[in-house]
Amino acid sequence: MKPKTLFEKIWETHVVKTIDEGPSVLYVDKHFIHEVTSPQAFKGLEERGLPVFRPQQIVATADHNVPTENQHLPIKEALSRLQVDTLDKNCKKFGVELYGLGHPYQGIVHVIGPEMGFTQPGMTIVCGDSHTSTHGAFGTIAFGIGTSEVEMVMATQCLMQTKPKLMRIHIDGRLHPGVLSKDIILYIISKISSSGATGYAVEYAGPTVRALSMEARMTICNMSIEMGARCGLIAPDETTFSYMNGRPFAPQGNEWNRSLAYWRTLYTDTDAVFDAELNINASDIEPMITYGTNPGMGIAISGHIPNLRDVEEKEKLSFEKSLHYMGLEPGMGIKGKKVDYVFIGSCTNSRIEDLRLVASFVKGKQKAKDVEVWIVPGSKQVEKQAHEEGIDKIFEDAGFILRQPGCSACLGMNEDKIPAGKYCISTSNRNFEGRQGPNARTFLTSPLTAAAAAITGRVSDIRELI
Amino acid sequence: MNLREREQKLKTSFPNSRIPEFPNYEIMKAINKIVSSAVPLNIENVDTDQIIPARFLKSTNRSGFGKNLFRDWRYENDDEKKPRPEFTLNDARYTGKILVAGKNFGCGSSREHAAWALKDYGFDVVLSSFFADIFKNNALNNFCLPVTVSDEFLKEIFEAIDGDALTQITVDLESQRISLETRDKKELKSAFEISQYKKTCLLNGYDDIDYLLSMKEEITAFENKPLTPNAI
Repeated sequence: MKPKTLFEKIWETHVVKTIDEGPSVLYVDKHFIHEVTSPQAFKGLEERGLPVFRPQQIVATADHNVPTENQHLPIKEALSRLQVDTLDKNCKKFGVELYGLGHPYQGIVHVIGPEMGFTQPGMTIVCGDSHTSTHGAFGTIAFGIGTSEVEMVMATQCLMQTKPKLMRIHIDGRLHPGVLSKDIILYIISKISSSGATGYAVEYAGPTVRALSMEARMTICNMSIEMGARCGLIAPDETTFSYMNGRPFAPQGNEWNRSLAYWRTLYTDTDAVFDAELNINASDIEPMITYGTNPGMGIAISGHIPNLRDVEEKEKLSFEKSLHYMGLEPGMGIKGKKVDYVFIGSCTNSRIEDLRLVASFVKGKQKAKDVEVWIVPGSKQVEKQAHEEGIDKIFEDAGFILRQPGCSACLGMNEDKIPAGKYCISTSNRNFEGRQGPNARTFLTSPLTAAAAAITGRVSDIRELI
Repeated sequence: MNLREREQKLKTSFPNSRIPEFPNYEIMKAINKIVSSAVPLNIENVDTDQIIPARFLKSTNRSGFGKNLFRDWRYENDDEKKPRPEFTLNDARYTGKILVAGKNFGCGSSREHAAWALKDYGFDVVLSSFFADIFKNNALNNFCLPVTVSDEFLKEIFEAIDGDALTQITVDLESQRISLETRDKKELKSAFEISQYKKTCLLNGYDDIDYLLSMKEEITAFENKPLTPNAI
């Protein structure tokens, strides 16, 4: 038998039909929806007089546009309230289970999927959100789609998809202390650019990846889209299975054993062929930080922003525009730069492991005086765990504000916005202009580097503090 | 094209499929040949947060996003009374149904609102040397044609518009050709790629959902098959 990649094994079992010289009809196992990209899809179904084809395969939550304070009160902002209420109405009308505001399972869609056991190896998973690639950490084909496609999946449980090219990123070597999986992915994106993996499904492999926790793997897969990839995936292994075992919606009993036997077949065969391969040495990676306005514009924390002469001619205009926006100069270092806000949250880094890491570093320390620190847990479950483990107390003592779950300042859709001109160290995934609020300036880093800035008030090298 | 003609065309285009009942919804506008002047946006990596910032995604409709297209590049301090004169949409020289943009256009968020905003503003075509994946699908699903040309050709288009803001660009979907004449009467021509399936859809005004609905029986049969030959 021809050796196959992990991606091909999953893809081939989900193709209903392939059109000659065209896309394939791909079956979708799990469809996550949220309040921002679903209302127009539900409306489309209504206009066509169609039901939701497989409502039990949809998981709904409210995350993008919810307040992260006083969630028990009605949402103040009228348009946001309408959007959340519309999701509620649509789910009732079309028979979709909703883990909405106030529900103990509510949270960022890419946090609750894995944590509740909805996300399972071998699945095809879609959501009207580009960070759906997160779920690939479990050995799934998971990718973001637009609202028209959300409607297609609601109506038929299928999508028209062209098979992407395949890339493998092999990571070997030991990570230095203070270097996290976020640094790995920021490093990769800085090497191959924000469009370097466009058109590819990227499999992350190698001993360094195998040694990572599920949370750390999710952070890597999450940012696959930031280099343009259709999806990112990691073969499931014992780490995956022990993470999943006992989760509320994971298979139980005999079904668990049957599933496990299948999941163990999900790996890339030796000699399987990729269209592109990249090798990374983990020991080359330092804590990373972005300096520009796309996630590919990243450097080591001890490094310097490129000089203008080192930038390709046709990229100069965009490069200069970007630095102008950030209030930075070519050639300068960022270490020591004063920051105004620290945001620890988002589908990239808001899981319990992230909060534990931050807590273990800040325990007994105080935040810098003129820095505001927002910690936004990824879900109600993460929030609950943080309380149970006393992490909330550590944050409170440090002067951090622990908010309620949601996407929050990652995209500044609710009121959690960074003011114009201010610098924010953020554990989120995008440093685009205005992403965290009009004219807000974002430095993307790992949770530890963000925690270091919270304590020192400046961009700091975590390695000098631990 | 009325509904019956449309069904007939769909049958001819996809001979092996059963044809769904068409409920009473608005027929999307098919596209074929677009001849227009263009609006240049010579910036790389334009992400969908720039095309339409998140704070404008609160609508539950598909329409009305055009007025906030490129909102924060278009206006000073979020103020509609203070258009930034240097931004291309505020430059009276540039008009038309074609946006010409730098490489990696539409990266970032999957928000289809970006495609809705472009279409609503009046762009039927976006020309670039590289498109982000999800945006490309979203644009196609909204009959806003993403046309990929080489870096060199893109540079020539920017130069042509620079030489004459009213340069007419012809984008012909049927023949997959793009052509324009520069101020000094030089003709620039290039071919572009598109999947034959998508081309058929765009030329006839079908969307993917029409096709998928025609597959319902096959989909149900697929669901009843065992998951995988590997499954135990």
